[in-house]
Formats: sequence, C-alpha cells, structure tokens
Amino acid sequence: MAKVTLKNLSHSYLEKQNNNADWALRDISIDWKDSGAYALLGPSGCGKTTLLNIVSGLLKPTKGNVLFDDKDVTTLNPVERDIAQIFQFPVIYDTMSVYDNLAFPLKNRGLSDGEIASKVKEIAEMLELTSTLKNRASGLTADGKQKISLGRGLVRSDVNVIMFDEPLTVIDPHLKWVLRSKLKELHQKINRTMIYVTHDQTEALTFADQVVVMHEGQIVQTGTPVELFEKPKHTFVGHFIGSPGMNILPCEIKNGEVNFGGQKISSHNAIKKSNFSKTQIGIRPEFINFSKEGIPVKIKRVSNTGRHKIIDTECTGGNIKILSNASTEIPSGSTHVTFNKKFTYIYGDNWIIE
Amino acid sequence: MNKTINQKAWLFVIPVFVLVAFNAAIPLMTVVNYSFQETFGNNVFAWEGTRWFKQILLSERFHAALGRQIAFTFIILLIQIPLGIGIALTMPKKGWGVPVCLILMSMPLLIPWNVVGAMWNIFALPDIGFLGYTLNAIGFDYNFTQQPGDAWFTTILMDVWHWTSLVVLLSYAGLNSIQPAYYQAAEIDGASRWAIFRYIELPKMKKVLTLAILLRFMDSFMIYTEPFVLTGGGPGNTTAFLSIDLVKMALGQFDLGPAAAMSLIYFFIVLLVCWVFYNLMMKNEARS
Amino acid sequence: MSLELKNIEKKIGIDTHIYPTNLKLEKNTINVLLGSTLAGKTTLMQIMAGLDKPTSGQIWFNQKNVTGKKVQSRNCSMVYQQFINYPNYTVFENIASPLMITGVKTDEIKQRVGKVAELLKLSAMLNKKPDELSGGQQQRTALARALVKDSDLILLDEPLANLDFKLREELREELPKLFEDRDCIVVYATTEPSDALMIGGNTATLLEGKVIQYGKTLEVYNKPDNLTSAKVFSDPPMNIAEVKKSGDICKLKDNSVQWKPSTKIKDGIYKIGIRPHNITTYKEGNNSVEINGKVQISELSGSESLIHFTNGNLNWVSLSNGIQQKNVGENTKLYMNTDEFLYFDQNNRLVNNG
Repeated sequence: MAKVTLKNLSHSYLEKQNNNADWALRDISIDWKDSGAYALLGPSGCGKTTLLNIVSGLLKPTKGNVLFDDKDVTTLNPVERDIAQIFQFPVIYDTMSVYDNLAFPLKNRGLSDGEIASKVKEIAEMLELTSTLKNRASGLTADGKQKISLGRGLVRSDVNVIMFDEPLTVIDPHLKWVLRSKLKELHQKINRTMIYVTHDQTEALTFADQVVVMHEGQIVQTGTPVELFEKPKHTFVGHFIGSPGMNILPCEIKNGEVNFGGQKISSHNAIKKSNFSKTQIGIRPEFINFSKEGIPVKIKRVSNTGRHKIIDTECTGGNIKILSNASTEIPSGSTHVTFNKKFTYIYGDNWIIE
Repeated sequence: MNKTINQKAWLFVIPVFVLVAFNAAIPLMTVVNYSFQETFGNNVFAWEGTRWFKQILLSERFHAALGRQIAFTFIILLIQIPLGIGIALTMPKKGWGVPVCLILMSMPLLIPWNVVGAMWNIFALPDIGFLGYTLNAIGFDYNFTQQPGDAWFTTILMDVWHWTSLVVLLSYAGLNSIQPAYYQAAEIDGASRWAIFRYIELPKMKKVLTLAILLRFMDSFMIYTEPFVLTGGGPGNTTAFLSIDLVKMALGQFDLGPAAAMSLIYFFIVLLVCWVFYNLMMKNEARS
Repeated sequence: MSLELKNIEKKIGIDTHIYPTNLKLEKNTINVLLGSTLAGKTTLMQIMAGLDKPTSGQIWFNQKNVTGKKVQSRNCSMVYQQFINYPNYTVFENIASPLMITGVKTDEIKQRVGKVAELLKLSAMLNKKPDELSGGQQQRTALARALVKDSDLILLDEPLANLDFKLREELREELPKLFEDRDCIVVYATTEPSDALMIGGNTATLLEGKVIQYGKTLEVYNKPDNLTSAKVFSDPPMNIAEVKKSGDICKLKDNSVQWKPSTKIKDGIYKIGIRPHNITTYKEGNNSVEINGKVQISELSGSESLIHFTNGNLNWVSLSNGIQQKNVGENTKLYMNTDEFLYFDQNNRLVNNG
C-alpha cells in the first residue's frame, strides 16, 4: 500500500523533441492517495499506457519523478517497486495448474509452502476459482484466465500498487459487468491503491473514485464521475464522456454576451475573458428540450434505441444532437429547442472559461 | 472475395503431377515389385513372397546399420536442439544485429550437401586439413579415415555445423512471437531467468520445437550425401548408416530383392515415427 | 433482390454448429445477427457468402438456387473484426483494388473511390499506407473497399469490435447512413445489443446455433417471442422473476411487491422480464411500483447509472439516467415501470403480445 505521486513527468520516445507533438506525455503531476481507486481514461494514443508503464517502472521518464510514499522510485525496476500489473491479454503460465499460477509470485519470493497454500486459498475463494485450482490454466476461458492474472497480483501482500491495463478487452460483453463488479468489490475488500487504464468510460467511471482524463499527452481533467459528466472542464471531456457526447457549438462572445446562430444564450459559467481565438458552447444532449420558442431547428433524423430517442437536428449555428425518452413524441419538421442554463458552459480555446 | 474465376492454374500443375508420377509412384511400385521377387536380369522374375523381408529383418548387418542410424540421429538431436535453443536465446531481438545473425545462420543451410561433405573432408584431413592438422598439432591422435571414433566425431560435428541453424531459426521465430506482456508479467512476479525460460519461453516454443525435432529426425535418419562424401561409410562399416548400407547392397552387390525389401522397411520406419509425432502434436493441440 | 436460407444446417463431425435455419433477407435492408461468441454468427455469414458449404439445405439469391456456388461468382463483400487491408498499397489503391481486378476504367475508378472516400472521411489520407492510419481509419478503409463495388451482399463481421469505445459509437451511427440509398442486402454480426439498436433495420437473435427470432429490430426488442430472445437482446441482462397472478393483482413470489398488470392475462404463474432501464431511481410512466433493494454495486457509464441490487433472493439490475451513486450495502428504494413488464408463460413464450 502506498500513495503515488507523479511530479512534472514528461516522456518522449524520440531523441530530440522539437514541438509538443514529439512528446508522448507533457508535464503530468498527480497525487494518488493510499488505497484509492483511480482510473486513467482516454482514447488510444493519448499517452495513458505510457504513463502506466512509467508508474510500474517498465519505462523511465524523460523528465520528472515518480514517488511512492514520498520515496523517489524513478530509477527502480518493477520488482523493486513491488507493484503488480494486469495486462490487456491474460498472461498465464500455460503449463502450470491454476494453483501453481497463483502460487508462482509467492514461490519466487521464497515463502513457505504453508503460507503459500493459505494465501492462494484465500485469493481463489475471493475470485471464485476454488473449484478449478487443480486444472491446467490453459484450459480456462478468457475471463477465467484474466482472473488468474488478477489473482497473481492480489496474492502478494507486499504490493504497493496494482495496475490494470485495459483488463477486460478480451472478455465477452455479457461477462464484463460481472468482472467489473468483482473488481470494485475486491478494491473495497483488500484496500490497495489501484490504477486502472482504459478507453471505456463505463469501466473507468464505475471503478474509480477519481478519474484522470487524458488527451494528446496531457491531463485535461481530474474529477469524480459526476464532475466529469456535469461540468467538463475541456471540450474533449464533454465529447468523450457520455454517449452521445456533448454538443460543441461555435459561438461568439461580445460584451460578455454569448451569441449562437443569432440567438442569445445564457450559460452557467460567467464570462470574464473573451480574448480567445475560438469560443464554443458545450451542452449535453440530455439537457436540451423541445419548446415553442428558443433556437429554431430542423429535425433531420430520429433513431430509436429502445430506451432513448437520439434526434439529429440542424440549425443556422450547426448540428445539434438531442436525447429524449423513448416514449417522448418528437415533433417533425421545424421546431424550437432551449438549453438548460445550469448545464450550458462556454469554452475558450477548448478550456472552460472560469 | 474479389477474385475472378480462372481455371488456367490447373495447367501449371500438370508438370508436377507428371513429375511426381515418374519420381515417386513408378519407382515405388518397382521397389515393391523387386521386394517380393528374385531377378537375374533380362526381366526374368521369380516369386519369393516375404523371404527378403525375413532375411533383412533377421540379418545382423541390418541390425547394425539400424543401430548406428538410431545412435547418430539420437546424438545429433541431443546436441542440436539444446544448442539451437541456446543460440536463439542469445540472438538480438532488434537492431542491426538481427539481419546479420539471420544471414550468418542461414549460410550453412544454403550450401549443397555434397559440398558440405567435401568441405569437411578437406577441413578434417589430418595432414593438410585445418581441423585435422590442428588437432594433431596439439597432441590428439586424430585421423577420421582410420579411427571409427574420429569418424563419428567428424560426421556429428559436420551435421551440427550444417543443421543447428535450422533449429536456431525456428526457435528464434517461436521466441519472437511471445508478447512482451509475458516477460513484463514474469518480471513483476519476480521470476528468475530460468523460470522465465521454463514456464514462458519453452511452452511457447513447443510447437516450433516439435516441428524442429521432426524435421531434424527425418533429415538425419535419411542422411546420405554428407557422410558418403566425408567417410564413405568407413572406416570399415562404422559410419555406414541405413541409406549408405542400402546403396551398397543395391548398387555394390546387386542384391536387388533384399535391397528393395530393406528400402520398404526403411520407408515404414520413417513413416511410423512421423505418424507418432503427428499424433502427439495433434493430441497436444487438442488439450490446449 | 432477396437472400433466402432454406433449412440450412451445418455440422462438423458430430457437433452441430447451425441447427436447421430458415431466414429471408429482403432487398435494401440491414440485418443484424445478434448473439454471444460461438452463437453461430460467423458460420452463418460464411455460408451466406459461399465461403463455407451448409451440410444440408439451400441458399437462394434472387429466386435462384446458389447453394454450392463459389464465393468468387457471387457479388459480395465482407469486412472483418480485424482491420484487413493490403499493407503495401495506399489507401486509394486499397479501396480501388476490387475495381482494378474487374477491369474498371481508370477515370471511373478515380471517381468512385473519391466518392466512397468522401463518405467515409478518408479523402485526406488517400496517399497514406494503412500502417500510418489509426485503427478507426484502417477499418474505414476496409469498409470503403467493401462499398466501392456494387455488391449485392455486404457482410460485416463484428467490424467495430476492435475499435475504441468512442470511435465505435461514431462509426455505429454512420453505418446505417452509408447503406441508406444502396441497392444491396447488408448483414451485420455483433455481440452487443446496443449495436443492433443503434443500427436499426432487422435483427435476428441467435443462441447456440439457433436463430431464435427474426424481425424488425425494435419489434424484436420490445416484443420478444420468448424469454431466450429477450435475454439475448438485453445488455445489461434482463431481470427475471416468478410471479403469481390472481384476480387483477400480480405478486412477486415472496409477496414483497404487488401491482396491477396493465395487460389482460389469465390467472396463474408467470415469469416476468424487466429490462434494467424500467427499474429506475425515479418514477417513470403512469403505473410505477416501488421495490426495496440492497445495493450491491452502482456502475456508472458517462451519463447513466447501473445499480445492481438484491431483493430477497433475487439479484437485479437497474439502469437510470444521470449519475446515481449508491454505497455498497445501502438500502434503497427503486421504481419499476409496470407498463413495460414482459410476461412469459411456463413454456417461456411471451403472453402479453400486442
């Protein structure tokens, strides 16, 4: 168990760096508390796996430091850092039984057979693997194998941090939620610092108390699931979290007033500055309502997904997506919509204006 | 899915069919013919039934040749497989070293077999060959044309030199297909270098290794050209492996009946071993 | 134009991969094959394409028997889960390849590739090689290749499975638009019910080599013939409970909840199926009924919350809009929309059908 601190981390895979694009990670600073559940969320190529490998010690950062419990571990390897990692594809030792797989990290650390047996039994029970302990590990299904990889991390009591690198990629969708609940439950039971890397918002938001959203090598927002949904600090967060994502619409700011397609819009955040090269309105499809007056729109397409209707509309300022209940009657042709002020934000150069 | 239909390809296959018919099917039938009959030339045949088979199976000469053959194959497998894996493990995984190593490794495989025999013959000659001369100069009484032990030593050394590369290349391909996550996980689990080899690399190489053993078994069991050029089966009959003995019998003594019977027995031994291997491989496949 | 499977059966050794199946796909439709892995989706597609032969039964295309006809002589395209492109061809050459083989004129190739590339937002990368593209762009290229020739049959075998969550969402929305004005039959295999709902068209639910139900996607979703079809077409899994109906009152087996069913059914024992989104933390519909639950876990997607809870010895899942965080072990009150309940008889057939 340990708290993890990242101080001004930057990493580049190149020898020389000329511009921002040459950096895989740019100036990352994070404080992760002991025993917390954290997630790194972002699309592929955002740098989250690089960051994970730096924390686990598989990669040395170009700049900056990694601290475990205020002790600098930047130059230590994964074994010296005492971390565990679960990979995207289940890593199991094919020729060993499930029991031997779970016992392997303990055997390598020279524990006595008695200790090993009791530890393995405890973890196997937690992961519901008890009945398969004697089987060959290679005969298990993908989720069974992934449980073994997980078990090998959990079985050690000296682990500082357990890291997950998109661990549910190969799991059948019907089983994903079972493992998701299992992971959450495990975190509450064993109370270790866990860091979960994924591109899947559900996995990140469900698992973690605090989610770090990454975009192009930078952290764009750190926050609770509610914060990320209700008040995205960067247009990318708005787009990435929620499905469908936030509507990001071009607007103009004049004298502190927001103008969108000829309409005045009132927003939640006050506009103190306006010297941006680009200003935008962010409004989630959930927070737009049809009404008699407001912004005139034309309905282009309605798709019914069984429990929602997703409505594509067009107006002078751009295309707006609206989400409503499946039972709601949707007006056809031309109509008007209004934005819920509480969830309407203005962004300057992609960052929220505050 | 985007292919257009074109049946012309069949035309190109015809030569192969013809060639196979002449090369394999017809000679094989001739051999079968000879193995059951006695002939004195001029196409005069007398039915002998299974006499030649009995004679061969009971002959000490065949037993001796078979024994030498098994010993040879066993020894070279015992050397080449571990050596091949060892070299593959030490080869670089990226950078300029990769192509260099791969080319170096492929070289022996590209040399024609009779040339290999001739090269080693000259190389090992005790008076003028580099190897033979050096060995004698440092005090070994080495002469592969006179002493059976030296002849075996040289033949095995030649085969190891010629064929270990094949095992190396196959093992290297097997090693390269292991995902880096396996090594990282093992590192995190605190596995020793030996444990990584034993529990990750070896199991992941199992398929290619089975293939390597099978290939090396077949090739070495049917080896002819290289020892023929190097030792001619001598001194005496000490390096006369099955194929060399067979040729001696057929072309040296014109015992066509027994030679044909021996050919078939030889053929069935190879077939049997391959079949056993194949089944083992399939069984493993089904289990995992 | 139509594709008809008549009593198609596929056996390999003693294993039956596809049980006798009848299916008629009409012109200009998108047909989703929905089922978990190993349900027989891929086998069925390969039989449709002519890549595999059925053990018995016939395939008719345009009122002609094409059983046993080679794939080359059928006009179809296929896109796979893996991004399959020619690595040493540019994107343009990749897309153009089916046309070059059939000897279309250069001018026409240019024009047709240009059009498809624009549709799939690939115009800017026509001169790049596939390995310079992101996963999404690679799969777009594969899709473009399938679209560029006027195939009668386009088969998509889990084309979005290997993509990032957000890209999947984006492409899933575009797909039906791509086929809108095309004269062809599209078959789309997926494991995810949400894919089927977003794509619309028709859906066939599959389980263990059997087609359970085929019909308009929303109809199959809203009115599943039987419990199996309802289960296949529900993610998160459908809540199922035994209920007793007598007089105008329906009760859960342990009497904890009772309500008045909104449709007429005979007295007796039934199984009810409740989709997770019909159990919510807030009231929905005119006939909602309260249920008490003990929270097992609350999972959060960006904009929705899944609450797993127990009621007596039942394990249930509810899906609500917004972020509804609950603590593990917390007692909570939820509301079920009884109008949306599905009632199944002892043979698992839907009784409140229409």
